[in-house]
Amino acid sequence: MANEVCFKNLHLDEPWTLAAYQSSGGYSVLKKILQEQTPAQTIVEELKTSVLRGRGGAGFPTGLKWSFMRRDDPGQKYIVCNSDEGEPGTCKDRDILRYNPHALVEGMLIAGYTIGASVGYNYIRGEFWEPFERMEAAIDEARAAGLLGRNILGSGFDFELYNHLGAGAYICGEETALLESIEGKKGQPRFKPPFPANYGLYGKPTTINNTESLASVPEILRNGGQWFLELGKPSAGGSKIFSVSGHVNKPGNYEIPLGTPFRDLLEMAGGVRHGRKLKAVIPGGSSVPVLPGELMMEVDMDYDAMMEAGTLLGSGAVIVMDDTTCMVKVLENLSHFYMNESCGQCTPCREGTGWLARIVHRIEQGQASYEDLDRLEDVAEKVGGNFYAREGGRTICALGDAASMPVLSFLKHFRKEFEYHVEHKRCMVSGF
Amino acid sequence: MEKTALNTLVSAEAIAEIDHWIGKYPADQKQSAVMAALRIVQDENGGHLTTPLMDAVAVYLEMPKIAVYEVATFYSMYEHKPVGKYKICVCNSISCLLCGSHEILEYLQNKLGVGLGEVTSDGRFSIKEVECLGACVGAPMMMIGREYYENLTPEKIDKILENLK
Repeated sequence: MANEVCFKNLHLDEPWTLAAYQSSGGYSVLKKILQEQTPAQTIVEELKTSVLRGRGGAGFPTGLKWSFMRRDDPGQKYIVCNSDEGEPGTCKDRDILRYNPHALVEGMLIAGYTIGASVGYNYIRGEFWEPFERMEAAIDEARAAGLLGRNILGSGFDFELYNHLGAGAYICGEETALLESIEGKKGQPRFKPPFPANYGLYGKPTTINNTESLASVPEILRNGGQWFLELGKPSAGGSKIFSVSGHVNKPGNYEIPLGTPFRDLLEMAGGVRHGRKLKAVIPGGSSVPVLPGELMMEVDMDYDAMMEAGTLLGSGAVIVMDDTTCMVKVLENLSHFYMNESCGQCTPCREGTGWLARIVHRIEQGQASYEDLDRLEDVAEKVGGNFYAREGGRTICALGDAASMPVLSFLKHFRKEFEYHVEHKRCMVSGF
Repeated sequence: MEKTALNTLVSAEAIAEIDHWIGKYPADQKQSAVMAALRIVQDENGGHLTTPLMDAVAVYLEMPKIAVYEVATFYSMYEHKPVGKYKICVCNSISCLLCGSHEILEYLQNKLGVGLGEVTSDGRFSIKEVECLGACVGAPMMMIGREYYENLTPEKIDKILENLK
């Protein structure tokens, strides 16, 4: 089964309109909650039953996150949506914003009701103009229909929702950098604790969820947490959108049950292009460890199976590489990205990502020595710890880890190619 | 230095749009509108920011100038040098790389006769290499203005640029 949650309305004509959304039951959950004044605890329990885990990449249980905020606590609180999609390979939230914006509006309304927030901000990356316009239109429609604003549907519940536009900075996908950015500052992550539930936007208690997580909420509550859980696996309920890109015949966003074997997903994506051999896969966005193709073919697409295989599900961005791919060239690209996107706040990351990028570049150019391979590993561990030893990073946020994991995993699985570059000063493969 | 008011530098429409954004945030948090304000004045100025514009935004939002400069130099969509009327942003991240973004970049530079960051002599085009734009299943891709163009080929690029003339 596919397309049952966030992509449920994809087949409809103009699925982004209020009429289309309501034709398939949209806003019925919100109305029921407001009419019955459902206790916040009941909603949180249903989400816990569903085992919905954060779809932005970290996989933190959404129900548990919502339980950190008490509806009845006094004072201003905020719900913030992270639509700052920027992890290379990931482009699922863009399609939710473009094709099902009302699911996000309803999800944020329900979140606001549950945690007691009267204002929500949806942080959309600055380049997403088309998604931004769809969201603006959805908010206008919802407001005109009395679904946003004061005393919604006569329930006494007030909720306002605003879109905020970024301006090009990967780091703002980190939740506290995102809050800084809404406050009109450089997007530099904050020290934690305090966590956003205690000290969030403008210093007020704040819950931040990913677009896909929030847009899944209405469908989960409509059908029940148990229904969602059974779509997926006991440790991770539901379906998940996988962005399959790279060397496949039919790249695209596929919403499928968690636990689906990778080989099935690859088949949905039309298999490896030109009938070539699968070489490697980065299964969860550019920062997670790479796996060789043969290993990947035996893995299921869920949080636990990925961990066991030595990688992470991350954002669900599946980057497929065929046997024409030079792994040194790919790592050079990834390391360059993290160097560019390091916010510059922590020394190990600011300096270390530059070291990584320059060493990999040197190897790619055939100007490196064998010592450089060891140096590369050493710097990667100093920046982001060692993923395989379950050591965390040495920086305020996870960008250091994100820069380190590709380096360590490429060396672990494809060291021969790096040695070949050192020895022969050229690629082992002819693709690039 | 004399402070130049924002309304002498940009149109009434731009000011109204900035005010609309200010209205999204709590009354004592005007600074939250700085990103929108910089985008709006940059657009009206033909695609890049100037010091007088940034200073005027600072006055308008009651922010220290340095706080505006910090934002304007931290985020990659703000420009500090003139760009083409059409700023072509080519994604160079992994999915696009795997699908041939290098060839796209090379093709564009040859076709337009300019390197990265340069503007064509008629002022119409400039090319910028950018990090992942979040349209990886449509790789290789580029953004011109507010539009995304996906699954690029040289032939497709010819048509896209032709339509911009």
